[in-house]
Amino acid sequence: MPDRQQTLAKVLELIEPFNKKGVAVTEATRFAQDLEWDSLTVLDFVANIEDEFDVIISMNMQAEIETVGQLVDALQKLKA
Amino acid sequence: MTDLFSKFDPLIEQRAALLETGLTDPFNLVMEKVESPTVAICNGKRTILLGTYNYMGMTFDPDVIAAGKTALDEFGSGTTGSRVLNGTYAGHKACEEALKDFYAMDHAMVFSTGYQANLGVISTIAGKDDYIVLDIDSHASIYDGCALGNAQIVPFRHNDIDALEKRLKRIPDGAGKLVVLEGVYSMLGDVAPLKEMIRVSKENGAMVLVDEAHSMGFIGEHGRGVAEAQGVIDDVDFIIGTFSKSVGTVGGFCVSNHPKFEILRLVCRPYVFTASLPPSVVATAATSIRKLMDSADKRAHLWENSKRLHAGLKQLGFTLGTDEPQSAIIAVIMPDLETGAAMWEALLHEGLYVNLARPPATPAGMTLLRCSLCALHSESQVGEILGMFAAAGRATGCIS
Repeated sequence: MPDRQQTLAKVLELIEPFNKKGVAVTEATRFAQDLEWDSLTVLDFVANIEDEFDVIISMNMQAEIETVGQLVDALQKLKA
Repeated sequence: MTDLFSKFDPLIEQRAALLETGLTDPFNLVMEKVESPTVAICNGKRTILLGTYNYMGMTFDPDVIAAGKTALDEFGSGTTGSRVLNGTYAGHKACEEALKDFYAMDHAMVFSTGYQANLGVISTIAGKDDYIVLDIDSHASIYDGCALGNAQIVPFRHNDIDALEKRLKRIPDGAGKLVVLEGVYSMLGDVAPLKEMIRVSKENGAMVLVDEAHSMGFIGEHGRGVAEAQGVIDDVDFIIGTFSKSVGTVGGFCVSNHPKFEILRLVCRPYVFTASLPPSVVATAATSIRKLMDSADKRAHLWENSKRLHAGLKQLGFTLGTDEPQSAIIAVIMPDLETGAAMWEALLHEGLYVNLARPPATPAGMTLLRCSLCALHSESQVGEILGMFAAAGRATGCIS
């Protein structure tokens, strides 16, 4: 399993180009409510995450992921 | 008590604000009389119809009407039953035969609407642990078919072949894969690169379903759709279509060469647990489908209409959904909902009906005035339409 801190750092880096409001992102940051992403932004961001980690994050899984921390956990599990 | 309707408050407020400005409600128009596939009376005014999907103008075809009347007399007004119980009449089988002939395919299954055809086939064939890979701009009926089933849903960026291929390659070995595409996307009227997408899908062991709702009757040498036009129809596993556009009535279908296709009649819930189409509807559909087989002249005229409207609107200074006309849908992109609604109303006052389309139905939050042409629009009507767009566009400040 990859190092959790490394996964988090990569996720934070990939969030930045879409962080138009300049929100200070933590593990508790919520994608919909705090970053105010629409469905197209989510699609692009998820595509970048999928390419970076070489995984698939289906819409079924996305429905369970609300925060940055939950995304990191999901990636840790997928790469385990 | 929590009011379950509270969740609709933002939409109720947005709608109220729009109507307070005195605009006609774009989603409550009543056609008082319909004179032909291209003309109706709305608010007492003769109105050219440019937003009906009645691509081939079959709704008033004399043979189609006669077939419907005969079926009403001979078989009654409705079947009152499911296709698998008392709801399959000779007319339903004749309609499926017409579809098999039209597409030159082995199997055809008629559903009560196109929505139900997507809902039924997608939710039934892709089960738990299977993957559905679909274009992000897919129609609501495709998404609802995904939601009704238990498969893993993986969307990719609109018409992006590389994005599709990457996702297919990441699906775990051994999982079933269904790629869902549309021939023509109804919001912008753009066509999918089916040839490349189907090749990539097949290379990665996926079955392919193509919704050809907006291309049937018009695109391809025999009017079989975009897959036919791009020479890949033999590689499509399932084609979904509708009777409510070129065919000119209501209903949906799936055609396929899959050897086990007929089992769907027993396991597909949106097929089993609903009443079948009335005899008059399947009679009009079958007659219309057979007439669409040799409508090459009408197809050619519809292309002419589409090219002329596209070029004319572009020349007037409107922003369009596609650089070149790709189908019978021409989408005029509006800067925002308010301007779109004002333009829609100005066109209606001129005597022209188009569709106002807005989020969430549209991609990327766009507001569109969507025009769908008919093979029966005359040359002079297309000229009139352009004149109306010019006048309404200037009145609302959309063009200078």
